[in-house]
Parts: sequence; structure tokens; C-alpha cells
Amino acid sequence: MTSSLHLWLIPLVPFAGFLVNGLLGRRFPKALVTTVALIATLIPFVQVANIALHFSSLTLPYTEQVATWITAGNFHADFAFALDQLTLIMLLVVTGVGFLIHIYSVGYMAEEEGYWRFFAYLNLFMFFMLTLVLAENFLLMFVGWEGVGLASYLLIGFYLTKDSAANAGKKAFVVNRIGDFGFLLAMFLLIAHFGTLSFSEVFNQVAQHPEWQGGFLTAIALFLILGATGKSAQIPLYVWLPDAMEGPTPVSALIHAATMVTAGVYMVVRTHVIFDRSPFALSTIAVIGTATALFAATIGLVQTDIKRVLAYSTVSQLGYMFLACGVAAYSSGIFHLLTHAFFKALLFLSAGSVIHALSGEQDMRVMGGLRKKIPITFWTMTMAVFAISGFPPFAGFFSKDEILYQAFISPNGLGKILWFIGLFTAGLTSFYMFRLWYLTFFGESRAQATTAHDDHGHGHGHGVHESSWVMLTPLVILAILSGIGGWVGVPEAMGGHAEIAHFLSPVTGAAHEAAEGRSMELLLAAVSVTVAVIGWFIAHLMYFAKPALPAQLASKVRGLYSLLLNKYWVDELYGAVVVAPLLLISRYVLKGLFDTGVITGGGMAIGYSAQGLGALVQRVQSGNIRSYAGWLALGAAALLLLTYVGFGTHLLFR
Amino acid sequence: MHLVLFLIFGGLCVAGALNLLLQRHPINSALSLIVVMTSLAVLYLLLGAEFLAAAQVIVYSGAIMVLFTFVIMLLNAGKEERTHGSKAAYIVGFPGAAALLGILTYIFLKQSDHLGSAKLGGYLVTTSDLSRVLFRDLLLPFEVTSVLILVAILGAVALARREH
Amino acid sequence: MVVPIAYYLVLSAILFSIGVAAFLIKRNIISIFMSIELMLNAVNLTFVAFAHQWHQVSGQIFVFFVMVVAAAEAAVGLAIIIAIFRTRNTLDVDHVDLMKL
Repeated sequence: MTSSLHLWLIPLVPFAGFLVNGLLGRRFPKALVTTVALIATLIPFVQVANIALHFSSLTLPYTEQVATWITAGNFHADFAFALDQLTLIMLLVVTGVGFLIHIYSVGYMAEEEGYWRFFAYLNLFMFFMLTLVLAENFLLMFVGWEGVGLASYLLIGFYLTKDSAANAGKKAFVVNRIGDFGFLLAMFLLIAHFGTLSFSEVFNQVAQHPEWQGGFLTAIALFLILGATGKSAQIPLYVWLPDAMEGPTPVSALIHAATMVTAGVYMVVRTHVIFDRSPFALSTIAVIGTATALFAATIGLVQTDIKRVLAYSTVSQLGYMFLACGVAAYSSGIFHLLTHAFFKALLFLSAGSVIHALSGEQDMRVMGGLRKKIPITFWTMTMAVFAISGFPPFAGFFSKDEILYQAFISPNGLGKILWFIGLFTAGLTSFYMFRLWYLTFFGESRAQATTAHDDHGHGHGHGVHESSWVMLTPLVILAILSGIGGWVGVPEAMGGHAEIAHFLSPVTGAAHEAAEGRSMELLLAAVSVTVAVIGWFIAHLMYFAKPALPAQLASKVRGLYSLLLNKYWVDELYGAVVVAPLLLISRYVLKGLFDTGVITGGGMAIGYSAQGLGALVQRVQSGNIRSYAGWLALGAAALLLLTYVGFGTHLLFR
Repeated sequence: MHLVLFLIFGGLCVAGALNLLLQRHPINSALSLIVVMTSLAVLYLLLGAEFLAAAQVIVYSGAIMVLFTFVIMLLNAGKEERTHGSKAAYIVGFPGAAALLGILTYIFLKQSDHLGSAKLGGYLVTTSDLSRVLFRDLLLPFEVTSVLILVAILGAVALARREH
Repeated sequence: MVVPIAYYLVLSAILFSIGVAAFLIKRNIISIFMSIELMLNAVNLTFVAFAHQWHQVSGQIFVFFVMVVAAAEAAVGLAIIIAIFRTRNTLDVDHVDLMKL
């Protein structure tokens, strides 16, 4: 029996940081705010690292009950934290990448108003995310789930004087809420069928009943999928993520790349016991993931804002993770989550460095030729671009390839189709990432003399410059991780030991091994690399060798180009189909009918009737003595009658 | 004999009361009231209350009604005019009064066999009987009433005084 | 020829009701006051009748006290009427319907 690991400290220290910075930060000097925020993130990371070092000596699964929350009849739910291999990986990602991004933000947000507010919100986010990951039951996980949505809203709308930022925050929150609704329904079904929300108890019950297949388990799974699509920005609830780029770039890196959006994947992997019993749900996830991956990649092909491209890339890569879960290759999904956290955070942070260098410019059409001017940013971003495109030996190659391989050999009938679409999307990924690379760093500078103020809020006025070491150090660390991060998952076919799959197998179950064996795996890997190279080549052709080509192509397929540029008009579709009717109902039915009519009208009616009644009664108080005398006479007669016949007079009149 | 006397003076009472009701000028009403008081004094005599009959004439018709007449003449009260009046008084009041009359009459007549009858000279209370009770058993209330009258005099003087 | 006590009581009831009716009809304050006196007298008659029936002196003593109180009340009440007449200059009870002048 191991001694207490004090898991409760891990979320609570950032929460304390949030309280200190949130309540007092306005009056602190900037150095103090920074110190509080960084310590509040460093301590959890050190604690997690310590746990990781001693991990093999722990007895698992390890749970820690902090307090009782609800006991109602047979149902009870507690504030309880649990630790197993999956949790450990997530903790390392959240605290590690989170800490690096905190350091980066010190430099990036140095000249912002509301510096203290930013770090307070960032710590709040860490608190909720760590709660989500450490939770031992669905209810506590939901607390973290909703909390990260709240923190996301606060951070997206950080530039609170900008309308677009506020709207984006609202959109994110509302769309997330729809997903949360699905999660809630799943929880209700769980309570109804299992009587408990604790992970271990639910999974034990499912394991004891091998005859439970599909049916209500499918229903639960589908609702959980709804929640996951909301949080992880899959079809149909992905629309908030591109708009979320209104937030500061570190926010995009932390929340919308590395951690919050992966919560959906984490949740699916955590509850995979339920999903395993419902092939229909698994197929649904796989289809949604693949479709989203392709869909988002196509949109990313033509976007001009550097952060938008990365946003759609995130949606696309999350689709890969969902594809992995859909073919029951859960450890592959987590492996891609891990590598994606490294290279996507790196991409966002270096994009932030580019934007910072250009004093707020985000449009790639006016970038170019930055390779010599900001070399460190250039090299770190290059590492990330190669990683995401799936070139060996960088991180993304091993994880993405693992997913595609698992899709190919999946017993699911759709496996090969999904593999093909995933492969094609990988090619698109390579293409648009290298497009971004060329447009930003190569060629002649297309920058205009004026400075832009979009994301950054301030103009530098002293030309293109490399970022400070505060911002560059995290970039370098992440670049190294993007390089070697995939080496924990090298499959045996290529001479590795697939450490991460074995590490996670107690939680996720053993991975599939195909009958075709290793040669098939190598063949598929070679195909993936080839496709990635083709993508690079086309990008090289269009954006380096013949820069006039993109415009010519666009004019030739104007309809398709317009469709992609306008994101398939999905936002407009939602606006017309969902938002507009809701607004009408709100305005005319709920406001006009209920609010004005029933509630206000009811209140007024009571008021008027009280007035009317008062007016009636007022007539008695006329001041006229004779009328008083009249009433007196009547009263006297009544009293006399009562005295004579007694107070049971009412019985007389039966 | 008793009955005849009762009917005559009882009738006088009722007539006086009705006249009080129907007369327009208050002085006529006052004079009718004096008739009522005097007839009541005779009825008291019939019921054997000699002191009270005397007191009725002396105090009520001799002092109180004279006071009323003085005030009527002082204030030069004239004939009543028709003013806007009060509907409640007629609509609610008259049924009330009628109900009072009806109920009371009904009760008294119903119980008339339980009640006895008055005989002339059946029960005579002399002044000495009355004063014996009054000054022995009820001395305190008697003295208190004298205080009450004193207070009433002071109050009347204070209220009716002309402000300077 | 005896007179049943009930007749005295009925007479008293009639006088009382006429007093109430006069109270309701009359507009002159003094007339209203007089109708109050009429009501008091009706009650006095009831007391004396019952005193006669039950051979008790206390009925008559009560009448004595009622007379005393009625006298005091008449004196004070008329003083009030005079005071009101001085300020409002009217003896019509329908015109005295506001507390404020």
C-alpha cells in the first residue's frame, strides 16, 4: 500500500494561484504576478514528475478520496481522484506543456493590459483541466469539463473591448454547452442503469455482464460522443474553434491545441469499456473523426490567417485521434494526443513569435522572407512542420502512422476506406503546412509599411525582430520534444518496443496485431511518407517555385475555391437553421408571450386587482357619518341575530 | 286600567318618536322628544319606579332637552335642506334597523309566556329603597359619577369656549 | 287587566328602531343627537321593565346611572357641536366628511 500521493494538491495549487492573482493581482507589480503564476504551475509539474519517477513502485489503480459530495439514498458521488497510466500521461502533458506556455506568456503578454487577469484565468484553466484528468468519477470530471469551457470563454474573450473576441467567446461557450448537454444525458443514463457514476464501479459492472451489448450502452456512448464532439471540436460542433483564435496566441496553444480540446479524446479512452460494447458507437466515432479530419484539412488549404490554418489543422488532427478511438486503438489515440500536444503547441507558439515579430500581423499574404530575420523561430517552426506532416523520425510520423495502420487492419468493415481517407488527409496536411511554411518564411517580404494591431494590441515600430529568450526557450524545448517525442511509441516492426502502447495496456487493453504482420506495417509506413513528400512537393511548386500558380488555380476552380474559403458556409448554415429560429422564438414567444404577457402581465394583473379591490373598500371609508351609521345598524342586527341563535348559525342554513 | 294607560302613553311615545323622525326643523323634533320623555315617565310610574319617573322629568325633559333647545336656538339651526346624502345609509341602514326591530319583536313575543306580566302596584320601589342601595352598596360608583359630571362640565366649558 | 311585560319590551324595541331610523335619515347634527337620546331612553324602559319583573332594584339603579351618563354626554356632545359649528359653519352632517378643513 503506497503512502498518500496528495493528488489533491495538483489541481489545488493552480487554483490558489488563480485566487491570489485574481483577487489581488491588480495591485501587484508585474514581477509578483509572474512569480505567483509560474510557481502555481511549477509545483504541480514537479509533483507529477516525482510521481512519474516512482511510478513503478505504486500499486494501481490508486484512488484518493478527499471528501464526500452527494449521498442521496443509494446514490453517492465523492470528490475523489484516481491515478493510473492514462492519467499520468495526461498529467505530464497538461502540467509540462502548460508550464512551458506559462513561461512563453510572460514574454508574449508582457505589454498587455490585464496581465494579471490573463495569468489568473490561465491558472484557473489549469485547475479545471487537472480536475478533469484526475477525476475518479463522471461527476467530478464534468466539473472539470464545464470549468475548462468557462476558462476557455474567459480567455477567448480576453481582449474584452473587441466585439469579435467577445462574440467568439460566447460562441465557444454556447457550442460547448450543447456538447455538455450530451454529457449530462449520458450521466443520467449511467445513474439510471448503473446507480453510480464512479468509473471503477461502472466498468466493473460492465465487465461482469458480458451479455450487455449495444442497447442502452449504445445510447450512453452516443451521448458521450456528443459531448466529445463539442469539447474536441468535431463535426458538427467544431465551429467554435476557428473563431477561438481571437484569443491570445498562448491561449490557442494551451487550450485549443494541447489540452482542452483533447479532453474529449481522453474521455472516450477513459470510458472505452462502454464503447467496446457498442460497435455502432465505435463506427460513429471513426466516421466522425475521419470526416472531420478531411473536412477541416480542405478548409485549411486556402485560409490566409496563419492562426486559422493552425486551428483547422487542430480540428483535423483531433479527427485522427477520434479515428483511432473508433477503431479501438485507444493507445494510438493517446500517443497521437501526446505528440500533437508537442508539435501543435510549438506551431502556435512559433506563430505567436512570428506575429510578435511583425507587430501583430497575422495575414500570411503579407508575410514572407522571414527566414533570415527570425532564425530561431524559423528552425523551431520547421521542426514542428516536419513533425505534423509525418516525416520520420519526427514525432508525428510514428503516432499518425500507428493510427493509419490500426485503421487499415481494423476488423471494422470501414477500416480500409477510413485508412484511405486518412492517408489522403495526411497528404493535405503536409501540403497546407508547407504552404504556411513557404508563405511565412520564404520568398520576398510582402509586408507593408503599416503595422497591424490585431492580435497583439500594440505596435512596436522598430522593425522585425526576434523574440526574447523568455519566449524562445519554450520553443526550443518543444522543438526537441517534437523531434524525439515519438520515440516512445516506435512500433516493433521498425525496431522499437512500442513502450507507450505497453505502458497504457492495463488501461486500454492490448492493441491489435494483424495477421499480415510487420511487413504490412512497413509498407503502409512507406506509403504515408511518400504521400507526405508529394504534399511537400506540390507546396514547393505552388508557393516557392511558381508563386503565380495559386492565383491561376484559384481562378480556374472558382466555385470550389470559394466554397473552401468560406468554410463550406457552415457558420451561415447554422446561423440560418439554428440561430435564427431560436432568436425568433426568444423574441416573439418567450419574450413577447411569456415574459411580457404571462409574467409581467400576471404581476400587473395582481397589482391592478389589488388597486381595484382597494378602490372598492375605500368606498366604505367615505367620511360620511350616516353611511357609517348604516353599516353600524346592519352590524348590530347581525350581532343580535348571532347572540340569539348562537354561533352555530351557519348550521341553520344547511 | 293598566292596559288602557299603557296603550295611551305608549302610543304617545311612538307618536312623539315618529314626529321626531318626520319633522324637518330640529326644534320641532326637540319638542316631540320632550313628549316622548314625559310619556316614558308615566310608564315608569306604571312600572313602579317613582324616583325614576321624577328624575326622568326633572333631568331628561327638564335639563337635557332644555339644553338641546338652547343650543338649537344658539346656533340658529334652520330647516334641513336636501343634500347629496349617503346611499349606504338607506340601502344598508334601513334593512338593518328593520332587522333589529323584527328580531327583537320576534324574540320578545316568543318568550312572552316566560316573561311575566306587570301589575299596577305589583312592585313598588320607594325612593328610600333606592337610596338605601345606592348609598350603601354602590357608594363608590355614585361618587365616581359625581366626578364624571365634574369632568363633563369642565370639558363642556373648555370645548365651547371662544378662542382668543 | 294586566299588561304582559313583553308589551313593554316591544314598545322599547319600537322606540329603539325609530331612533336608529332617525339617526340614518336626519341631516342635522342636533337631530341626530336627539335620536341617540331616544335610543338611550328606549333602553331605560327595558331596564325598568325587567326590574319590575324580577323584583330587583338594580335595574332601576342602572337606569339612574344611564341618566347621569346621558346627561354628561349630552353636555359634552353639544359643546363639541358648538365647536364644530364655529369652524365649519354648518350643521349638516354630510358636509362634515373630511378630517382636514
